[in-house]
Amino acid sequence: MASAREARAGWLFVLPWVAGFLLLTAGPMLYSLFLSFTHYDLLKPARFAGMSNYREMLQDERAAKALWNTVFFTLLHVPLQIVLALGLASLLRRAGRSAGFFRTVLFLPTMTPPVALAALFLLLLNGQNGAINAMLGWFGFTGPQWTTDPAWIKPGLVLMSLWTAGSTAVLYLAALTRVPGERYEAARLDGASPWRQFWHVTLPGISGTVYFTLIVNTIASLQVFTEAYTMFFGARPSTPAEGDAALFYVIYLFQEAFGSLRMGYASALAWVLFLVIAAITALQVRLSRDYVHYEDRA
Amino acid sequence: MTRRAPVLFALVAVGVLFAYPFWWLLSASLKDRSHVFDNALLPSPVNPQNYTEVWRAVPLLAWVGNSVAVGVAAAVAATVSSAVVAFGFARFRFRGRTVLFGLVLATMMLPAAVTMVPVYLEWHAVGLATTQVPLWAGNLFGSAFYVFLLRQFFLGLPAEVFDAARVDGAGPWRQFTSIALPLARPGLIVVFVFELKAAWTDLIRPLIYLREPELYTLPRGLKAVLDRFGQGGEAQWELVMAASVVATVPMILLFLVAQRYFVRGVVTQRVEE
Repeated sequence: MASAREARAGWLFVLPWVAGFLLLTAGPMLYSLFLSFTHYDLLKPARFAGMSNYREMLQDERAAKALWNTVFFTLLHVPLQIVLALGLASLLRRAGRSAGFFRTVLFLPTMTPPVALAALFLLLLNGQNGAINAMLGWFGFTGPQWTTDPAWIKPGLVLMSLWTAGSTAVLYLAALTRVPGERYEAARLDGASPWRQFWHVTLPGISGTVYFTLIVNTIASLQVFTEAYTMFFGARPSTPAEGDAALFYVIYLFQEAFGSLRMGYASALAWVLFLVIAAITALQVRLSRDYVHYEDRA
Repeated sequence: MTRRAPVLFALVAVGVLFAYPFWWLLSASLKDRSHVFDNALLPSPVNPQNYTEVWRAVPLLAWVGNSVAVGVAAAVAATVSSAVVAFGFARFRFRGRTVLFGLVLATMMLPAAVTMVPVYLEWHAVGLATTQVPLWAGNLFGSAFYVFLLRQFFLGLPAEVFDAARVDGAGPWRQFTSIALPLARPGLIVVFVFELKAAWTDLIRPLIYLREPELYTLPRGLKAVLDRFGQGGEAQWELVMAASVVATVPMILLFLVAQRYFVRGVVTQRVEE
């Protein structure tokens, strides 16, 4: 029995969010949908352009390249990050009293500003004298030219992105501690090996959390920008080969909008990204119905 | 416990791998030009002049000041507004509440890149597109993840304290400021440190909005340093590394001071669908 006074107070409290939703989310989305059917450069008024921006996208090789680069990065980065974070969380789970210390060590890289991280990894990944190739050298491998060979630029960015797996690991650690201990005992009594315990007890127990990170990390990864932009774009234009290999979708969107002032075309790019992300998320939600057990709700 | 030994061995190995880039960065920032690439663990000779040199070459102090100002403004705005909104969702029943909160959760999944252009055009229309205002003022409207997080905190508070206050004649705003806020302090700190970190480390918005180097935040300034002294520039990587240390150290200190709040925020991240 919500009283009128209570309802009024409730609406007044949530009003800032409603205003922000209209001003900074819903309004801009509609505005950008409108702009995607125009040519607009900030100087002259927007001119109606029909479908021409979308038609141009279909023939734009850089847009296709940027989309491919982004999907390629996401397909490597997201699964590797999840597997590494699961491994780190399993280790932390068994670390006993030293878990707190190692949790700090693994989490700290996520605090580094991505620009600083990118500047640092430009040197660590350097093909001639970088530390990463030096380490590969100890094991007899000749490391690739991570920062200049177009075939190795994206794998290098994926490698670098793994350094910040710590926050996902901390999330998994919390989920692992919620899996009931009796289930492991039951599995052990049945003679299940540690590997089988992992597949039949641990993974089902935390699948809801893994699924959550899969969706959130995919959405973030499809918008990857800062590290690649810092390393390969900016005041000094990169060589065409490097630039194309690291041209991610949001970098291209940013260049079109704020470099070339093609606000209409950039809005079309943005809406296509929105639809791609919505479709991928919907697909993941569908697939999850078959594979995710929801018993690990917090 | 002999079975713990392999686990500890693996953790030490992983820990060294995760800590090594920090050590490399710190060490390189103290090396002279000819030794930046030598991968030696300790700089020799030690060259602390890198810091004074980069300090003289670029307005580093102004950038630190800008980052602090923008970061604190962003964090305060996000904390206060999200707390107000979260209290509305947690404490009062009103028609449309469930639908509206569903909308809050849905916007968490919305890719920020999609509204980048139109939001810029809004700030352009009101004449603020080349100021620092767009870097924090959007936070005045509450942000979905923080609203969700603080709502959890408010829902955890016992209803009786609010009922007692109401009997004593406290209105909704008094209940919020004198009961809910003090009791939800840990949650407020989580939001504050999360947003401080987000604002401090952001590059894309400073790239879009800031034109004058005196207005740069640290990441934007560091990108300028990299373009000038690193990558095909003057090849003075030791200066780039020194500036990177200046941008990173405050976040490391923030984490060491507020570690449990960061962990709590990460763990609460998972939204029930």
